[in-house]
Amino acid sequence: MKILSTFFIGLFLVSFANGQERFLTKKGMISFFSETPIENIEAQNNQVLSIVDATSGKMAIAILMKSFMFKKALMQEHFNENYVESDKYPKATFKGDILDFDKMVGIETTASIKGNLTMHGVTNETTIEAVIKRTVDLVEMTGDFFINLSDFDVKIPSIVKNSISQKIKVSFRFQHKPYKK
Amino acid sequence: MKKIFLNAFLILASLQLSSQDLLDILESEAPVIENIVSATFKGTRIVNGHSIEGRKDKELEFIIAHRFGRVNTGFEELFGLDQSNIRFSFEYGLSDDLTAGLGRSSFEKTYDGYLKYSLLKQKTGANAFPFAVSLFGSVAAKSQKAIAGNERTFVESLFYVGQVLIAKKINSSLSVQLTPTYVHRNLTTIVADPHDIFALGFGTRVKLSKRVSLNAEYYQQFQKLAAINVRNSLAFGVDIETGGHVFQIILSNAITMIEKSFITETTGNFFGGDIHLGFNLSRTF
Repeated sequence: MKILSTFFIGLFLVSFANGQERFLTKKGMISFFSETPIENIEAQNNQVLSIVDATSGKMAIAILMKSFMFKKALMQEHFNENYVESDKYPKATFKGDILDFDKMVGIETTASIKGNLTMHGVTNETTIEAVIKRTVDLVEMTGDFFINLSDFDVKIPSIVKNSISQKIKVSFRFQHKPYKK
Repeated sequence: MKKIFLNAFLILASLQLSSQDLLDILESEAPVIENIVSATFKGTRIVNGHSIEGRKDKELEFIIAHRFGRVNTGFEELFGLDQSNIRFSFEYGLSDDLTAGLGRSSFEKTYDGYLKYSLLKQKTGANAFPFAVSLFGSVAAKSQKAIAGNERTFVESLFYVGQVLIAKKINSSLSVQLTPTYVHRNLTTIVADPHDIFALGFGTRVKLSKRVSLNAEYYQQFQKLAAINVRNSLAFGVDIETGGHVFQIILSNAITMIEKSFITETTGNFFGGDIHLGFNLSRTF
């Protein structure tokens, strides 16, 4: 009897731990911008998946490369075919920790997110600055950062090297809502 | 003692659950989305003939295509380089699925216009579909003056071509296309010539690197013109792509570049050395 009650209490604890606070979005926005004197290239993806575990301050992002929309269809084709090779590497992912997430309540805070960004089959450790607003039913993050294409083994042929920047500005906005499984 | 074990087990279990990988959760939450297969072929042509690809909405492509003379004409003709047939054309995306083109070939001073419509798209994921189908229709008008006694009217100078382009990108480096073709000529040279010719085209692209591919194309005719010694058209090409340009280097037994001509009027014997070197150069704006 005692064992049984311990078991149920334990089970309750497990389910409580499992029912931890998670926040998810399936409509996160990531855009990027390449600026050169010859040509500006920009694309936007509004179907980014992102999840925040409020208990641990961990987060993860999954980005489908083919969901980046360009103004010019030919640019989009070249992006997928020649640069990020979307058939071979369909997704970019990020996994990291939001530093001091437990201290954020209500107000907007600038925080660092430290983790690993994987794109084009290459993983790099990065720290991203974000403005985070955390309330009971929303975790909002916005910010931007730069990536170097060469860090991710994305090669620019010499003939177009003047129209594609080596440094790409990436902007993001996620509005995570409570996630119940 | 039992209690301690049980508690330890449950705490471990809870830790296990809480550290469930966040990326795995995203994976399970990811919606199944429709994925249209793109870039089955690099250009709007496989070699001489059309591929399923069109221009996208409001894209303008300017193409200059050249075919030199036969390489087996020898050194005096500089292996065919002394002669050439040139076609230049403007091809424009009226929408993402409909492309229109206007061109002019120096061979027989022929003007041509075409429409190409992307009817079905190859898709993976949601609403998966195994291949793509485009429809192609063209009209060509020969404007070269007829020799005395052989005068023809404008209507008699017209040719029509209809094609169903069926293509499949098997994987990122291999694409194939089947092209049932119908060619109609309003005027034939001799009575024995058919007005209607059916042909079946086979085309393929093998990607050698990210920006270079090897293409091949063959058209089997089911009726043949009797007035000339006609052969089936065979061509090989290498596509080199850089930004908005596609450069194609071509070896073909046809000197012409429009359907009614290279499919039904080719006389060169490829394996006898009647090979025309050529190139297609395209710039998209």
